[in-house]
Amino acid sequence: MVSALRRRAGSVARFVLLVFLVTVATFLLLELIPGSPIDALLPQDATPEQIAAAREQYGLDQPIWARYLTWISSVLQGDFGRSYQTGLSVAEQIAERAPVSLELAFLAVFVALAISIPVGVWSAYRPGGLIDRVSTFVISATLATPAFVLGILLVYVFAVQMKILPLLGWTPFSEDPVEHIQRLVLPVLTLAAGECVLFTRLLKGDMMATLQQDHVLSARARGLPTWRILLRHALRQSSFSLVTVSGVVIGRLIGGTVLVEAIFSLPGMGTLVINAIHSRDYLIVQAVVLLTAVLYLLINTLVDLTYPLLDPRVRKVRTS
Amino acid sequence: MTETVRERVDAAPAPQRPTASPEREPAQKKRRKRRDIGAAFGAVWIGLVVLGAITADWLPLRDPNEVTDVFAGPPSGEFLFGTDAIGRDVLSRIVFGARISMAVAIGATSIAMIIGVALGMCAGYFRGKVDAVLSLIVNFVLAFPPLIFLIALVTALEPGLLTLVVALALIGVPNFARVARANTIAFADREFVTAAKALGARPLRILTRELLVNVMLPVMSLALVVMATLVVAEGSLSFLGVGVPPPAPSWGGMLAAGRESLSEHPLLVLIPALFFFLTVFSFNRLGDWARGRVGRESSI
Repeated sequence: MVSALRRRAGSVARFVLLVFLVTVATFLLLELIPGSPIDALLPQDATPEQIAAAREQYGLDQPIWARYLTWISSVLQGDFGRSYQTGLSVAEQIAERAPVSLELAFLAVFVALAISIPVGVWSAYRPGGLIDRVSTFVISATLATPAFVLGILLVYVFAVQMKILPLLGWTPFSEDPVEHIQRLVLPVLTLAAGECVLFTRLLKGDMMATLQQDHVLSARARGLPTWRILLRHALRQSSFSLVTVSGVVIGRLIGGTVLVEAIFSLPGMGTLVINAIHSRDYLIVQAVVLLTAVLYLLINTLVDLTYPLLDPRVRKVRTS
Repeated sequence: MTETVRERVDAAPAPQRPTASPEREPAQKKRRKRRDIGAAFGAVWIGLVVLGAITADWLPLRDPNEVTDVFAGPPSGEFLFGTDAIGRDVLSRIVFGARISMAVAIGATSIAMIIGVALGMCAGYFRGKVDAVLSLIVNFVLAFPPLIFLIALVTALEPGLLTLVVALALIGVPNFARVARANTIAFADREFVTAAKALGARPLRILTRELLVNVMLPVMSLALVVMATLVVAEGSLSFLGVGVPPPAPSWGGMLAAGRESLSEHPLLVLIPALFFFLTVFSFNRLGDWARGRVGRESSI
């Protein structure tokens, strides 16, 4: 028990330390960028006095640690500054875009689970059978297809050739729910494909081990129907790892939607970052990097902490 | 480096093979044969791509940036893969683009391997404080979603091939560090290490002469997998327009440009897509094969 508590305290301490390091690094990110941000702001022939005035206005004359403290305290209040270029609030811009990325990420995990659970369970039950062989083939093909390639191919097949889905772009749910879903199909499938591979492999491996266990044998001996053995006796036990991995995957997808948004021209955080890089709007890049990293760390730490709570077997092994 | 759930995920939970029993033998042999064929295909393809990348300057190709007056032309005798929207030869852009993919695959992976193995072996051999500090560094890199980490890095540094290779190498370091550390720990208690210690060998000698050879085997098979991921990562960055700046040819850049005219000229997308697929597929097959050869006793 004590060691379990210590492990948890260790996870939390590591989380705090890493968050601190992440904030320092994202702060330094702007310092590393060649050229001062005010260069872009001032006219070419600005006098030294004008430059000094601008530096003072933006607090650039302070020592670096003081600027870090000012910056981190405003970030903690949810203020990521205003874009040097457009003058718009960075936090507002992100709040406007984040729902698109989050919707994509959650739907992708949901779809990936909906596909991989039946496939994984059946290939574990009948290894070497038709479903197993087909899924193994599809998995190795998907593994070799980068998301941006898969996305474009899906667009080509379903939107250009078959014309059953809209090409690119975005319709908000409030405007037209049906079109909203139509436009989501391909991006979500693209995102889900990679995670399907992970889930299916994991579940199949786990289930094959579970199906060898005594309680499954005894269930079969009692004459329970196959579906009941698979779902109630085997899947239930194997699902713990699936739950925790889903958490990790959601965290990963929050950063991973960047590509899919670029492929399908969706107005999420990813396109916001890419546009910001091209227009040298580095405050937005900084804010998105910081937010995704902290969110990613948070999810991973939560998964680390809840894993032993979900699965008593791990709890036992870990504490002994 | 305490094992986190993410590492468990990254460790590619391959389906556990059933334990070998007499009646399973033929199936296993068949599987091994299939793996050998896949690896042979992979080796040939990667060999061709590397050869093309090295000899691109001497091959009878047009300059990849030379603009001809055939816009988005179909494949023909003169342009084997056709021309792109502004009249550049697709074949020569593919061949020169292979340079970037291979520079990343081989260059970045090698750098990542050297740094990662050094860090991982020190962490695994000295344990204690060294381990704690090194694992903090590794966890710091892992704290960012990979693509976001790369985007941040390429924003901060001058765009170019060198930046790309360095940034991608950094992404690869944690993988190598983890495997090197795990295998160092596994071998550090073995008799030959104890014997070397008893003979008065210093840590540096033990690490380089006794442990390195044993650690390198699983590390090399990991390297093939990392190459595949880094080729994809470079492609993603180029696709997003933050990789090697245009007009330098890269497969990801070609895909992004071809996307604009997908309905009229699908070949401009399908050709680089096929090259991506075959290259990543080849690295995966080679990695699978190497993992099978290294065996299950060492953890990858």
